[in-house]
Amino acid sequence: MTVALERFDVSMTKARRGVVARSDRRPWTFYLLAAVFTFYVAALYGPMICIYILSFQDIRGGLVFPMKGHSLHWFVDLFTQVRTGDVKGSFDRSIKLAVLVTVITLVFSFMAGLAFRRRFFGDTFVFYLMIGSLVAPGLVLGIGVGLLFQWIGIPASWYTSALGAQLSWTLPFGVLVMFAVMSRFDGAWEEAARDLGASRWQTIRLVVIPVLAPGLVAVALFGFTLSYDEFARTLQTAGSLNTLPLEIWSMTLNVTSPSLYALGTVTTIVSFVIIGVCIGAIVLINKRRGIRAKSH
Amino acid sequence: MLRRNLTAWLYVAPLMLVLVPFFLLPILVVLAASFFETDGFGGLLPTFTLANYLDVLTSAQTFHLYVATLKFTVLTWLFTLIIGFPVAYFLVFHVRNQLLAISLFLICTVPFWTSNIIRMISWIPLLGKEGLVNSSLLATGIIREPLEVLLYSSLAVVIAYVHQLTIFMVVPIFNSLARIDKRIVEAALDAGASRLDVMRYIIIPLSKSGIALGSIFVISIVMGDFFVVKVMSGGSSASVVSAFYENVGVLQYPIAAASAVVLTLILTIVISMILRAVDLRREIAQ
Repeated sequence: MTVALERFDVSMTKARRGVVARSDRRPWTFYLLAAVFTFYVAALYGPMICIYILSFQDIRGGLVFPMKGHSLHWFVDLFTQVRTGDVKGSFDRSIKLAVLVTVITLVFSFMAGLAFRRRFFGDTFVFYLMIGSLVAPGLVLGIGVGLLFQWIGIPASWYTSALGAQLSWTLPFGVLVMFAVMSRFDGAWEEAARDLGASRWQTIRLVVIPVLAPGLVAVALFGFTLSYDEFARTLQTAGSLNTLPLEIWSMTLNVTSPSLYALGTVTTIVSFVIIGVCIGAIVLINKRRGIRAKSH
Repeated sequence: MLRRNLTAWLYVAPLMLVLVPFFLLPILVVLAASFFETDGFGGLLPTFTLANYLDVLTSAQTFHLYVATLKFTVLTWLFTLIIGFPVAYFLVFHVRNQLLAISLFLICTVPFWTSNIIRMISWIPLLGKEGLVNSSLLATGIIREPLEVLLYSSLAVVIAYVHQLTIFMVVPIFNSLARIDKRIVEAALDAGASRLDVMRYIIIPLSKSGIALGSIFVISIVMGDFFVVKVMSGGSSASVVSAFYENVGVLQYPIAAASAVVLTLILTIVISMILRAVDLRREIAQ
């Protein structure tokens, strides 16, 4: 993400120097593409906004418009009613699991990213194993993990089998983001640190990690949100206790009241808070860097 | 050299400690199960039989499942490309204000980090029998009866897929487009190329790698999906993996496993065909 943005930065500057100088009149394709873009964004957010609005209906509310009154009834219903299942517990588990997955994804993909900067024996094998793990059908993989645990005799639960199954999905993403981040890292900085007498660990802690900080935040964002919303791999591996997406899944099959929408609103708010914090952190780090660079 | 390899393996060891038990072994377990027999109660008898594969490959039902899955995959791929490419192109080549461009890009990517299931069910108030689309069409008098085909149909399945997956096209294509040196475009225009020529001979060839990467994501997700098909078709359509899910539900592990192996083989063939067109590793690390 950050890399895409930075690359974009460069290309935008180039673009301004070139194409704009030619003529300031927009070609007709601009308006066509702007229309396509607007349509895309509208279609992207429109339906989601509909369910957020509908979740604030009162007790007469249904699954479709028109809106019937407004209240927080369905939110209260969500956390107090038994028939909607254990929303609170599953929410709790999902957050804990996502934090665990984030930390592990961050550390493991950072390490793998360090290794992949140079070629090593067997690197292609590791790379394709990762790609395989990324594209494998989640449900099939989940059932494989479930059967494996059954054969070994370990009971499946969200913090063992589901944790591993989710990592097999978040880690490839994390490492791929790490690749993109690392490709912009200048090895000379590391050498300079080593020349100045830094140990390997000091180099990583004092040079590599601070330089890569925005990228590491991006990896954490991927780790958290992908785990928090993961469904297919978790379905057969979570054991007897549900995570939030599993709870939502069972609600889509049983519940036909706006509490389903209320749950959608709640879980999206959580996602947006996480996204906001991460993007804010990236912007802040870059800004502070800019100030420091100027003051020197 | 040996030391360097050792250090590298030390660094990838944690990754491998996850991938081996949670990807490689489970896939091997599924492969093994596809040759086993079931005792009918969810247990597996470790024999060697090809009966499961015979069942899968000769049944007319499987054939229909594969045709349905393929139909969804091709349609979704086509629409995500038709929408995703212009969106990425617009952001890279047409938006002049940099801050605006970055904000627009973020607006496009934010839904990727929110729940897929929620984004899927959010179509219900729009496409349902009494949903917004139907009621506005009725109000304007274009139709007399509400359209039943909008929700719980193949159309709804494709809409939900395209809604969820276009982002997977936008980001890689965006990346490869942003990398194109604008001076090449300038030079071509100066040499008298039309804007169509620029698109045909410069932009599209140089964005091939992005298109390939996006296609891999979209194709593998659609072929491996089951819950969009299950929910959005309302049970009227099925895909290979949703049938797999039903089989597992009734503890028919071996048949399900055989079908999963066949699907994985097809998926692998498709992806390696795409990979021949693009060096994925160089692409990502660039």
